[in-house]
Amino acid sequence: MALLEVENLTVQFYTEDGVVRAVDGLSYEIEAGETFAIVGESGAGKSVASLSLLDLVGRPGEIVDGEVRFRGRNVLELPREELRRLRGNDVAIVFQDSQAALDPVYTVGEQIVETMRAHEVASGREARERAIALLERVGIADAQSRYSDYPHELSGGIAQRVLVAVGLSCEPDLLILDEPTTGLDVTIQAQLLELLEELASSFETAIQLVTHDLGVVAECCDRVLVMYGGRAVERAPVEELFYDPAHPYTAGLLASIPRIGADRERLPSLPGGPPNPIQPPTGCRFHPRCPYAEEVCATSEPDLVETETGTAADATRQDHVAACHEHTGDLEDGLGYAVRVVDDSPDATRGTSPGGSSGRGHDDR
Amino acid sequence: MSIIRYTLRRALTAVPVLLGATAITFSFVYLTPGDPVDVLVGFDHVDPETRAALRAEYNLDRPLWQQYLLWLGDVVTFEFGESPITGRDVGETVASRLPHTVALGVASWTLSLAIGVPLGILAAIKQGQPADEASRIAALVGIATPNFWLGLVLLFVFAVHLGWVRVTPPDAPLVSLEMAWFVILPTVTLATALAAIVTRLMRSSMRRELDREYVRAARARGLRERTVILKHVLRNASTAVVTVAGLQIAFLVDGAVVVEHVFSWPGMGQLLVESIGRRDVSVVQASVLLIAVATVAANLLVDVAYAIIDPRIRHDR
Amino acid sequence: MNEQTTRRGRIRIDGLEEHLSSDRADGDRTDADRPGDHRDASDRQMAAANTRPSATSASTGRSTLTPRDGTSARTVHSRSRLEESWRRFRSNRTALFGLAIVAVLSAVAIVARPVEFSTMGYTITLQPFSLAPYDPNELSVGPPNAGPSLAHPFGTDWAGRDLFSRVLVGGRYSLSIGALAVALALCVGIPLGAIAGYVGGWLDEAIMRIVDMLYAFPFLVLAIAIVAIVGQGYWNVVFALVVTGWLTYARLLRGEVLSIVETDYVAASRALGTPHRTILARHVVPNAVAPVIVQATLNVGSVVTAAAALGFLGLGLEPGTAEWGAMLAQGRSALLRGNWHVTVFPGAAIFLFVLAINLVGDGLTDALGSRDGRERRGR
Repeated sequence: MALLEVENLTVQFYTEDGVVRAVDGLSYEIEAGETFAIVGESGAGKSVASLSLLDLVGRPGEIVDGEVRFRGRNVLELPREELRRLRGNDVAIVFQDSQAALDPVYTVGEQIVETMRAHEVASGREARERAIALLERVGIADAQSRYSDYPHELSGGIAQRVLVAVGLSCEPDLLILDEPTTGLDVTIQAQLLELLEELASSFETAIQLVTHDLGVVAECCDRVLVMYGGRAVERAPVEELFYDPAHPYTAGLLASIPRIGADRERLPSLPGGPPNPIQPPTGCRFHPRCPYAEEVCATSEPDLVETETGTAADATRQDHVAACHEHTGDLEDGLGYAVRVVDDSPDATRGTSPGGSSGRGHDDR
Repeated sequence: MSIIRYTLRRALTAVPVLLGATAITFSFVYLTPGDPVDVLVGFDHVDPETRAALRAEYNLDRPLWQQYLLWLGDVVTFEFGESPITGRDVGETVASRLPHTVALGVASWTLSLAIGVPLGILAAIKQGQPADEASRIAALVGIATPNFWLGLVLLFVFAVHLGWVRVTPPDAPLVSLEMAWFVILPTVTLATALAAIVTRLMRSSMRRELDREYVRAARARGLRERTVILKHVLRNASTAVVTVAGLQIAFLVDGAVVVEHVFSWPGMGQLLVESIGRRDVSVVQASVLLIAVATVAANLLVDVAYAIIDPRIRHDR
Repeated sequence: MNEQTTRRGRIRIDGLEEHLSSDRADGDRTDADRPGDHRDASDRQMAAANTRPSATSASTGRSTLTPRDGTSARTVHSRSRLEESWRRFRSNRTALFGLAIVAVLSAVAIVARPVEFSTMGYTITLQPFSLAPYDPNELSVGPPNAGPSLAHPFGTDWAGRDLFSRVLVGGRYSLSIGALAVALALCVGIPLGAIAGYVGGWLDEAIMRIVDMLYAFPFLVLAIAIVAIVGQGYWNVVFALVVTGWLTYARLLRGEVLSIVETDYVAASRALGTPHRTILARHVVPNAVAPVIVQATLNVGSVVTAAAALGFLGLGLEPGTAEWGAMLAQGRSALLRGNWHVTVFPGAAIFLFVLAINLVGDGLTDALGSRDGRERRGR
């Protein structure tokens, strides 16, 4: 049994313009201690999916189908008090906009202590000391005085660290990080990622990292899930995803990776924007933007299948799956791209090109 | 910035406003068409000697700015002199009415908060449910009901028809059981519209806060719903309520003028209306000025309270 | 992990670009249609939706979690803001109900008695209808202080005047004072607020100090003081309500203007050398005026109440005028004698009108996405 099992998660939003399926039949698992990434453009549904894990999707959204099992128990059906005990204690979320996620009228320390008290982890002096230690732990200099700072007195990077400290305050088994590096400058991003990696190993915390930045993913993740228009399009161990992307959307994302940290959501090489969520394209949702799209892509929706065998994917298996007609043999011309590792620094390993030798033969056009 | 320094700075900005308000009040005598002496005596016939005496008393022969400064000096020491109309000391007249208005105002303010705040919170957390709709309609009705009309209707029902209370205030000290019994109706009258405003405001600012990310984050941290609402949302929402408290105070004073008239309550508002009827400009000046000073002071208090609740304000300037 | 880091960034995807360029024909169109910056802007707008509801965000969903979808944001861009607001207002039933009440009350006030215009011996009848059964000022059309009956649905007052006719005609005074006082106050407040916010400097200081000083006096107290100075009468009441009314608009508009002047397009217009007058009239004021309109609508209600309060205190129109507030002033003594009808009907008329105005105002608030409690923020 994995730490977290998400099965067929479906979330809808009721807007004035119509019903939006923000997350559509999403399934994945996270093992204890693992670092798992969910990647996609804005609007792909990755933040909504993360909030669903703690049943935090509020109006106008609603989880209409699926299960979220944490240690085998369905989070979505827990009694209120048990759900509350789970939140922050077993599973914690670090929100994207750190300034907004902190209550402006209480000090940083008060908010950390409050969280510990809510879960009876610590109270009084002990809680205060632990909070200060945590602030030091996440790399905040002068933690003693930061403790009594108000959120508006913090810079973006510090606020993000504070939020990580709040998230870690009850030593959760799973920490969800929603776009933790967005809006931070490059050096601070790098520091934060390093910190997360270190914390993950020392706290033995599993991490679900939500991001639009594949650079960040390469930095610190074990496995990756790529979302497009509310659905999973590819899931793979990070190495495989990078060197053998099996979905053209992933390839497009890889092609548009800027240098680390540059905050670009748009893909310069893929025309068009995210699909209209109210009336998603027929067939494969990516087909209007896909350079390899054929007739079949507009008419039938590809299933998530194992790339090697073409058999239906199973959320429990740790292999490489993708939702593209290529892998069920329905695509006539195939996917005409190949992965090349550019060797431009003297000490780099030469000539390794696992993508090119993956033997699926779609790179020979 | 410490709260004391903030208070001092804020108080400093009130000084020019107060000077302006005194200047406006001072100019009443000159803005009224006619000779200042005639204005002061309410256009009664006066003999030349009295006329000269008044000219001397009010320094009417000096340049305008000197008159203003001399008047300001008197006003600051609460020396308004005698009313040419009634012959009574203006300062004393006003001071004798003040407690009645303060008592009525404080009672109404407390009542309106006691009703409006819980109702607003309830409506916000029960958004779209019957409780929300009911409080919305109640608030709308409360705002639309003119207070003088509500007062008259209450007076008719409880005083004339049922005979539970007197039509005019009893001849009793302000702090007495009889007076407390009588003051219920004016208090309810004055508090109704204010409670409605507070309810709406509380509801809308609670709703706005409930949509904020920190609320979701607080829930994600596993705080109890009660803690989320009462500790986090309410405190943030109350800044909005405190912000308009300044307006509420002005609103309360306006309401008091009318309600005092309905119930013959011997307060400042009633004095103001009576004095206008008697053309007693000196009393009108004194009461308007006192009301203005009280309003400015109240606004000052409100801003300080705001800074205590919301730390961002303290650091802002 | 480290090994990966060193390799990261050196991965190149071959073949994708070539395919893309052959597909460009289709791609370019969509791309030009919605440039990236555009979407970023709408994203930011949506992110701001929580803190500051605007017409745009309200129509695309109320949560930051709503998928940031380019298409629905685009539809809003193409529809004009005014149209969108009107559509929202129109779909608000209670607001339309309020508007209907206001319309009916206004119509009744107009057709209550014929409207005639006399000049140089000629009398032109502008409006011949007479809904009111009696002349509101005619004495002894019935017994004094009679309760409601078929002949006099609202009863009669102490002088035997027909209250039904008086209430119908009374709308003329109350409603016209409300509309006039608010319109004139807007004519003062909008230019002063716009100039204060746009020009800034000493002019701003001067205007806002005056506003502050007048704000030291509660609204009704100041109006009472003004009436005490200038005397009673229709135009004097309007004057008093304008002097006290423009402050709100000036302050509100100044605050809005300040936030708009910061925006890029104003900076761009300035850089291009567009005359200030044009920038102010074309770009700044139209964008800033929405909250002022909402406030003004709601204020029609409070101005009508204030005019009635002045009448009730005996400080408004001349006593005996068929104005709702003045009728209530006579009502107090009648009420103490038990004649409830003298106060109930004029009061109910005020109540109905103010209620309707509030319904309309709330509808406008929702439609234009204005914010509560902004009034005090202008400083």
